[in-house]
Amino acid sequence: MQREQLINATTLLALLAVPLWAWYVDEPFTITLATKVAIFALAGVGLNLALGLGGLVSFGHAAFFGIGGYAMGILASHAQTYTPLASWPFLLEGTKSMPVIWLVAMVMSGLAALAVGALSLRTTGVYFIMITLAFGQMFFYFAISWPAYGGEDGLSIYVRNGFPGLNTLDPIQFFMLCYVLLAVVLFFFARLAKSPFGMALNAARQNDERVQTVGITPYRLRLVAFVISGAVTGLAGALFADLNRFVSPTMLSWQTSGEIMVFIILGGVGRLYGPVIGAGLFIMLEHFLGGLSEFWHVYLGVLLLLVVLFARGGLIGLLAGKEVAHD
Amino acid sequence: MSLILIIEQTLNGIQFGVMLFLMAAGLTLIFGVMGVINLAHGSLYMIGAFAAAAVAGATGSFLLALAASLVVAAIAGALIELTVMRRLYDRDHLDQVLATFALILIFSEGTRWAFGSFPLFLDIPDALSGPITLPFGVQYPLYRLAIIGIGLVVALGLFALISRTRIGMQIRAGESDREMIGALGVNISVLYTLVFALGAALAGFAGALIGAIQSVQVGMGEPVLILAFVVVVIGGIGSIKGALVGALLVGLTDTLGRFLLPSFFGLFMEPSSAMSVGSSLSSMSIYILMAAVLLFKPTGLYGSA
Repeated sequence: MQREQLINATTLLALLAVPLWAWYVDEPFTITLATKVAIFALAGVGLNLALGLGGLVSFGHAAFFGIGGYAMGILASHAQTYTPLASWPFLLEGTKSMPVIWLVAMVMSGLAALAVGALSLRTTGVYFIMITLAFGQMFFYFAISWPAYGGEDGLSIYVRNGFPGLNTLDPIQFFMLCYVLLAVVLFFFARLAKSPFGMALNAARQNDERVQTVGITPYRLRLVAFVISGAVTGLAGALFADLNRFVSPTMLSWQTSGEIMVFIILGGVGRLYGPVIGAGLFIMLEHFLGGLSEFWHVYLGVLLLLVVLFARGGLIGLLAGKEVAHD
Repeated sequence: MSLILIIEQTLNGIQFGVMLFLMAAGLTLIFGVMGVINLAHGSLYMIGAFAAAAVAGATGSFLLALAASLVVAAIAGALIELTVMRRLYDRDHLDQVLATFALILIFSEGTRWAFGSFPLFLDIPDALSGPITLPFGVQYPLYRLAIIGIGLVVALGLFALISRTRIGMQIRAGESDREMIGALGVNISVLYTLVFALGAALAGFAGALIGAIQSVQVGMGEPVLILAFVVVVIGGIGSIKGALVGALLVGLTDTLGRFLLPSFFGLFMEPSSAMSVGSSLSSMSIYILMAAVLLFKPTGLYGSA
């Protein structure tokens, strides 16, 4: 365990040090890359609660990522055109304030996760994978065919949303916001995994029947985990949309779901910091291989295949050995 | 809205359903026998279409193109089984999902690298082009009608193969107890490769047939793959009959939903909002159908637990 903690601390420090160095030498693009890592890591950490701890292989988390993104897009677009979202039964205005947007994004994606989870968790195994994938596609096609908010073209925002006391247009300040959110979620999830809830969730993954015998209902545990997981991924979606100042149905596509899963597997399944390392590796690959060849996804595919077939603990597993059981 | 239009759309729905069946049958067979989830099934659909387009471009013969789609997809399937899937049989589903996701990346980008990003076109053969007149004065494209016919013949052939032949018996035995048939002297690894190649050939064949209606391009397989998942979930994993019923249900719901829902909402809403509500609801209709089936039968219509 010791070695893994060392790796975790190094990862978190490196993710802070690189953009600070980039800020010092005035390389804003590197800061943007690091911001992307922090946001993708947040999405991965969110999914990993369901996938790693709960054993729920959700292939539809892009839906929550996208709903978070659209929550930001819709609120901000109403604010920038000064049109209310609804005037009945009470006046509902758009907003450009990040804390409000984050809250709305988490509530909306959490509600979506509640609906999808309540239905999908009636099934297990391969059914669950296929059903979450299908529901993810449902949100994708809905976003494409709903013309009010850009449809297929997506929605752009002219100015990044604001946070009290900060200039969010400055890359390093926006990075720090994302980084702090990631750290808070990591802290919260570390506590959650050790809480009775996390223990029971973990136990339900390992042996469903035994957990039922001691009087715990796995369905309810998994649903709560799925909702928290969806809400955190939704928060990441809102940040990602703010980073690009653009949201489009691509965020909801099944490839996005696959990529969020890739972060987890590259880093190591069921390890709290797995998605952080995985997202870092993914962005580095995208940046360096993408510069080498237009067809860098082939290399990504080969690497992913090798990791799945031969290095089952991911990068942390390779570095830290087999301390955490991954079954 | 006339009767003719409804008949035409119903036939379109059946044609779409028959195509989905060819995809879903392979998926459900592979899952039933080997217990693996294969996301790369959509890539095999794409490979079949590209093989057909390439052969049709070189020889001009549509029959040769169809044959090529079957052979190339079967070979690709057998290669995937021998190199990758074989290592995944006793892994958990997450590993299977990720490994086959990796295969999608490799196949999609590999195809883009080999053929370029521009779509290819596969021409409908002259003998099947043009419309045909059906009863009630319905004009319907002969090629689409032929697809329905071919699909139903393939479905019948598949039922016969599974229920009447020795290899079908082994496949069914493999679904219920794979260790037992190994003990009885059936070479399981050959059987697995055969089943995988069969599923792949069906997917490639579907890709070639559809490639002549739509364009042949990278990424054409994945939307169909996800619909095939919906079909498998509705029909029940491992059931060929379920795949056929599910495929027709999904095909008809999708096609008729797109056609009927906007005009249905037009009855009591203004045209522009009826159009947008109708079109967004119809794009969700098959997923709502899936949710409804799941509420009542979590293992699908013909699935066992």
